[in-house]
Amino acid sequence: MIDAIAPFLAATIRTATPLALAALGEVLVERTGLINIGLEGAVLAGAFGALAGATAGGVAGGYAGAVFGGLLIGALFAFCVLVLRADQIITGMALTLLTVGATGTLYRALYGASGAALHAPTSGPWAVPGLVSIPVIGQALFDQPVITYVTYLLAPALAWWMARTHAGLALRAIGERPDAAAAAGISVAGVRAIAVLVGGALGGLAGGTLVLAQAGTFVENMSAGRGFIALAIVVLGRWRPLGVALGALVFGAASALQFAFQAMGWGAPYQIFLAAPYLLTLAALAGAMGRARAPASLGKPP
Amino acid sequence: MRVSSGAVSSALVALGGVLAIIGVIALLLFAGGYDVARALDALWTGSVGSWYSLTSATLVRAVPLMLTGCAIAVAFRAGVWNIGAEGQLLAGGAGATAIALTMPTAGIPALVLALAAGAAAGAAWAGIAAVLRERFGVLEVISTIMLNFVALYAVSFLVRGPLQEPTHAYPQSASIADAVHLARIPGAGRLHAGIIVAIVIVLAAGWVMRHTASGFRLMAVGENPAAAASAGMIDVRRVTSLAFMTSGALAGLAGAIEVLGVTFALYEDLSPGYGYTAIAVALLAGLDPWRVVLTSLLFAALEAGAGAMQRDAGVPSTLVAVIEALLILGVVAAQAIRVRRVSVLTDGDAPQEGLA
Repeated sequence: MIDAIAPFLAATIRTATPLALAALGEVLVERTGLINIGLEGAVLAGAFGALAGATAGGVAGGYAGAVFGGLLIGALFAFCVLVLRADQIITGMALTLLTVGATGTLYRALYGASGAALHAPTSGPWAVPGLVSIPVIGQALFDQPVITYVTYLLAPALAWWMARTHAGLALRAIGERPDAAAAAGISVAGVRAIAVLVGGALGGLAGGTLVLAQAGTFVENMSAGRGFIALAIVVLGRWRPLGVALGALVFGAASALQFAFQAMGWGAPYQIFLAAPYLLTLAALAGAMGRARAPASLGKPP
Repeated sequence: MRVSSGAVSSALVALGGVLAIIGVIALLLFAGGYDVARALDALWTGSVGSWYSLTSATLVRAVPLMLTGCAIAVAFRAGVWNIGAEGQLLAGGAGATAIALTMPTAGIPALVLALAAGAAAGAAWAGIAAVLRERFGVLEVISTIMLNFVALYAVSFLVRGPLQEPTHAYPQSASIADAVHLARIPGAGRLHAGIIVAIVIVLAAGWVMRHTASGFRLMAVGENPAAAASAGMIDVRRVTSLAFMTSGALAGLAGAIEVLGVTFALYEDLSPGYGYTAIAVALLAGLDPWRVVLTSLLFAALEAGAGAMQRDAGVPSTLVAVIEALLILGVVAAQAIRVRRVSVLTDGDAPQEGLA
């Protein structure tokens, strides 16, 4: 049994990392009162940017490309919603569609319609000296790609920043009472724009993780709804960074269970395992919504 | 025959819109380094340039787009963000297949029953999201997207499990008997009677929205739920749930018609994303079912032409998704700017009147 725990934990962390990155970015966005459904597009743009960057400049180039891809989607969202005042939900959906089309078109145009398996360099695991030798969990938690450690640190750092700094307070104030925040001299549109850009960049980083730390290649639509699941995780985590990190771990564990069940030869149809993350999202949202309280201005026109 | 100036101007706007779309496509093709003339020629011949492509490619695709586009229009008008037409279409296809394969009788009654089963399955699939929204406050944007993925895997399971064809060799259902097919329209290639069903239903939906009390309630709730509730007589939850399930039924019917008129069996890839294209169809139509008839033709022609561009000029067919997204963004941005201009005018006027 102990033998099964370490691979299970490792799989949990691997699946949870991109979800946590995307969801942490969306926490910032939603705490200012906006909802970016285009997060799915940011993840996909990040994955494509990672491929393009990595073929030019290795793993570092890949992460730069991923952040750029996500930033681009964030910038488009900010422009449409904050400058043109277009509807948030429709803009987000359209940006996701735009990314599906644009990455598919660019991929086929640049790398051939057949989609022959293209290899991007990947960042291998880096064992944290000392911590990796903790029994049972050490290998699983501390022999991971560097981006995973970045995520470990990002969640508490964001939690501290939001709770303890002036800028974090301004961010939360905008989500609750944008008019009062504006009256207090806070640039509501400015803070929202920065939050959307950072949210897009983290979504892109999540997509980059898929390519550079996991798959080692790009596949059309490889985000496969992770951006949408991250949106649900924000609700589950009650719009708090540490809650969101925990939510991502729960999702990672649920996905890791499918490997465990399959390895045990459980005779259920495999589609149940594939559908599990989406079903889990629905069940968890139904359970969580009653008790969670969203930022007061969430989803209202800016 | 008198033609109102409104009709002339909207025809001009439509023509300008189509020209603008072709212009954007040409620009993107040029930027991508493709042979623009050859690609546009393929777009034309593959969509409306021949009788065969017009009927068998464009009009056949217009049927599901018309119904799912109408589904989105009904939901969005009621303030319900149903992104789940794709999953509801799949549920409808599965429901219709199950009934069509097990019917002891054949002919018109069986056909009608299979279509009704598709609509019911679509409504039920939307109903899950409606219940989650009304009872648990779950955002339908997220729940319907999740249900799209679940529907895809459910169909994948069905065509490899309970509904798989008898030899168990292929991931598809058994073929539906000829007697339960929607009839082909004579002289029109693969075009089938489903287009008549679709046009009649979409026109009826538009009439209900414009001329009945239910339609008025639906739009009142969509415009301002709080005002609709406080005006009395309107049960907001009832109206939104009803709109949600009607929307699901329309999308489910689209799936049933695909199965009974085009594929004659249930497949995993029953829909190439009709439920998502439907969002662009509905928004470009200003969420008006009657205009959905026209915009569904436009998008059907685009998608049919995109297939031809890929075959004949090597242009990735995913380019259509880019065009659709740009159109959606253009429409919502234009609407937002128009609304803002009006509100700026009224905001500016009001205090002056008060001061005078």
